[in-house]
This record gives sequence, C-alpha cells and structure tokens, in this order.
Amino acid sequence: MKDLILNYVINEYQEDEDDEITYETPLISGGFVDSFSMVSLKVFLEKKFKINIPDDKATPEAFDSVNKIVDLVNGYTK
Amino acid sequence: MSYSDKMKTMYQEQLETIKNAGIFKEERYIHSSQAADIEVEFPTGSDLKKVINMCANNYLGLSSHPDVIKAAHTGLDMRGYGMSSVRFICGTQDIHKELESKVTEFLGTEDTILFPSCMDANAGVFEALLTSEDIMISDRLVHASIIDGMRLCSAEHDTFKHSNMEHLEQKLQLHQNKRIKMVITDGVFSMDGDIAKLDEMADLCQKYDALLFVDDSHASGFIGKTGRGTHEYCNAIGKIDIITTTFGKALGGASGGCVSGRKEIVEMCRQKARPYLFSNTIAPVVVSGVLEVFNILSGNTERRDKLEKNSDYWRKGLSEAGFVLKDGDSPIVPVMLFNAKLAQDFSKDLFAEGIYAIGFFFPVVPNGQARIRTQISAGHEIHHLDKALEAFIKIGKKYEILGLTKQEIIAKYGL
Repeated sequence: MKDLILNYVINEYQEDEDDEITYETPLISGGFVDSFSMVSLKVFLEKKFKINIPDDKATPEAFDSVNKIVDLVNGYTK
Repeated sequence: MSYSDKMKTMYQEQLETIKNAGIFKEERYIHSSQAADIEVEFPTGSDLKKVINMCANNYLGLSSHPDVIKAAHTGLDMRGYGMSSVRFICGTQDIHKELESKVTEFLGTEDTILFPSCMDANAGVFEALLTSEDIMISDRLVHASIIDGMRLCSAEHDTFKHSNMEHLEQKLQLHQNKRIKMVITDGVFSMDGDIAKLDEMADLCQKYDALLFVDDSHASGFIGKTGRGTHEYCNAIGKIDIITTTFGKALGGASGGCVSGRKEIVEMCRQKARPYLFSNTIAPVVVSGVLEVFNILSGNTERRDKLEKNSDYWRKGLSEAGFVLKDGDSPIVPVMLFNAKLAQDFSKDLFAEGIYAIGFFFPVVPNGQARIRTQISAGHEIHHLDKALEAFIKIGKKYEILGLTKQEIIAKYGL
C-alpha cells in the first residue's frame, strides 16, 4: 500500500524531477500538494481502498506525508 | 456591541502570527498616477521617493494615457457617475452594450457579458454553467480567483500538472463519463509568465468532447501578433469556448472584467451568474475609458510591439547578467532567488536603488521558488530598463548570485 500511494503521489504531484518525494517528504507544508488538489488525493484513496474518509479527518496535517496518509488509510480499512 | 476583548485578542494573535511568519502585507502609498515613474511613500510617513515601477500590470502603458483620461471625462459628463443598479434592473446603458460588442469583435468570439471584475467573472461562471454531474479539470497554477470560483460550484473538480498535456489527457480519460468536462487554464500564468499550450489543449478538448476555459487577464491586449491574446498566439482563435479577462491590467487598468465566448454560454451567465445579478454595473466612466482603449488598439499594434521589444531587451539583459529566470515569452519575467528571505532582502535593496519590484514567496508561489517578479510595460523607455538592470546587477553582486545555477543559489542560501 505504501509504495502504491508513493507512486500515485509522485505521478500526480511531482512537477520538477529535481524535487525528490519520499515517504517522509512534507507534501502540503512542503508545497507539493495544495489544499485544492488534496481533494483529488482523498477521492483516489477512497476509491482505491474502498473506504470513506470523513471530511473532518481529511486535514492538511493528516495528508502531509505518504507515511501519514498510510496511517490515515489504515484507520479506515478493515 | 459584541466585539468582546476575547475576539479582539483572538484577531490580534492571528495578525501577530502572520507578522511572525514574515508574510504580513503592507501597502505602499503612491502619490502619483500609475506610470513607469512613480512617487512612493514607504515606509508610511517617510519622504516621497521617486522610483521606477517594475511590478504593475500596466502592460500597454494605458493606465494614464491622455486619450483614455479624456474619454473617461467625456463619459462622466455624458452618462453620469454611477448607475445605482445592477445590470438587469436599470444598470445597462448603450455604452455597456457597445463595450460588449467591442470585446466580442476584439477577441473573435460570439458574445460577451461584462462583470464588475474578472474576479467576479471567475466567481460566477462555473456555477452558472455546471452542476454536480460535471467535472472541472484545472491546471495546478491557475489564478486564485478561478480556484474560488470552482469552490463555489457543485461540479467535481480535479487538477493536472502545470502545462502537462499527458497528465491532462490522463484526467480527460479518467473523467470521460461525466456529462460536461471543462478544462480550465490561465492564458499567461501570472507568477511564472509562461503561456498555456492552448493549441494542444483545444485538440485534446476536441478529442474528448470537453469545453475549454481560459483566463486571459495577463494576455488580452498584447499577446499574439495583434494583441488578441493567448488564443491568437497559439493559433486557436475560435477554438476557445470561454474566455474571461480583465480591464484592470493592460486594457486601461481601472476595473471591470468579462466572460466572452459561445453565445449560449454567455446567455447562461446573463441568466444565472450571481456576481452579474447581484453586483453593481461597471461605472460609465470606466466603460468610456475602456472603449477608448479598444479604439487605440484597433488603430495599430505600436504599443504591443514596443512591449514585446522591451520585454525581450529586459529578459536578455538579466539573462546575460547571470540571473536565473523562468522561461517565457511574455512581459512577466520572474527573477528566481528560491529563498524567501533573500527575495525580501533583494526587493528592499532594489527599492533603495529606486527600483520598485516585489518579492514573492510561499504561499503565493510554491515553497522554495521565491522570486522577484518583474513586469514590463510599453510605458517603459530603454533608460528605465537600463537603470533597473544596473540596480539588479549591483544587488546581484552584493549577494554573489550572478552566474550561479538554481542548485548553487539553493546551496548558498537554502530553501
């Protein structure tokens, strides 16, 4: 799951190949993902893992790195 | 009164946080008309300083043009100061319709509707045209007003990487079952100065049966051989379904904006766009001024040609001096400094040298992409550009960044 999310994030949000994105890279506070684009990330996670992430849990903090996203998704998968 | 001490403290703390983050915005008071040479009071209370303005959207130098001022005076005399009404009650004069026709002719579209600003046009257009059955697919770097407009609309939204046509095509495939797909972009991107690939986007929209929306605020009047805008530059006249633009930049610089495009789409805005329905009509004095701007532009291309020459001269000068620039073919020339503090200090030093250009940094531009955004005008003469160049080089030497690459500047100053 971790690599799947990382690959999605790289394919979707890496604009400049000089900017490396790893599991720990701050995505929102690092400026890779803006709050508007975060919505499509949430939709991707919900569709891919067949989960429902409540809007109040889909915070910029919860989406701020691949590792944090994995924790978030794990909280909603059975 | 319910403005308690608790609330007051809360706002004071929030303002303090903004100040501590180094992103508190301060106005600089200009004591002259908008032009290449301006007189500025900054900091507040200090003596006036004569500086060269390198950061106005006054691309064609028409903001204080005598013919535009004269036409505005005539408009004031003939049609009054205000209309005290929205358009559809009793706020539409003959000159409003005349301006809509002029814009339609100039942009090569089918019809046009005026809005109080382009911000309002962008705030109203998506909600008027799309529902929850539809999708908006926008470039990641579109202007904030488009983002706000999309937020007001119930259609789904998605984004594609900046000017990345492969990524756009992936998104069009992903959303191909939506009722209406609208691809949304700026014509010229305001922070980077690069130009959207409208020809390729129009082809993709044709292939996937999508509408194409362009905000041409930083292009109308000067991009393209006769200044029609990005669609002229990209040989895509007639292929853009919706163009929004402003009269607050090259086209006189006062205020007002519009949606121009397919006849039915413009009519839908007239029936449903909330900023059109619930906000005052553009003042007659502004409409008269913009009409004169179009008269000037229809006569010849002298001003946009001068702007192009000035922009080339400026870009070449900075590049030869060894600055890192963003590539582009517009009068927006960003000088990349990458580090936010360096951008702020550089701007401050420029001001001391009599050059007014602002540093931009996160969150206005992505983190680690701080810059000084310079904007060239047909109102600049070569001596203005030479003086500005001299100041840039002097300060570039002070910070020892001339000739350095992006990586070297980042290694020296950090992100």
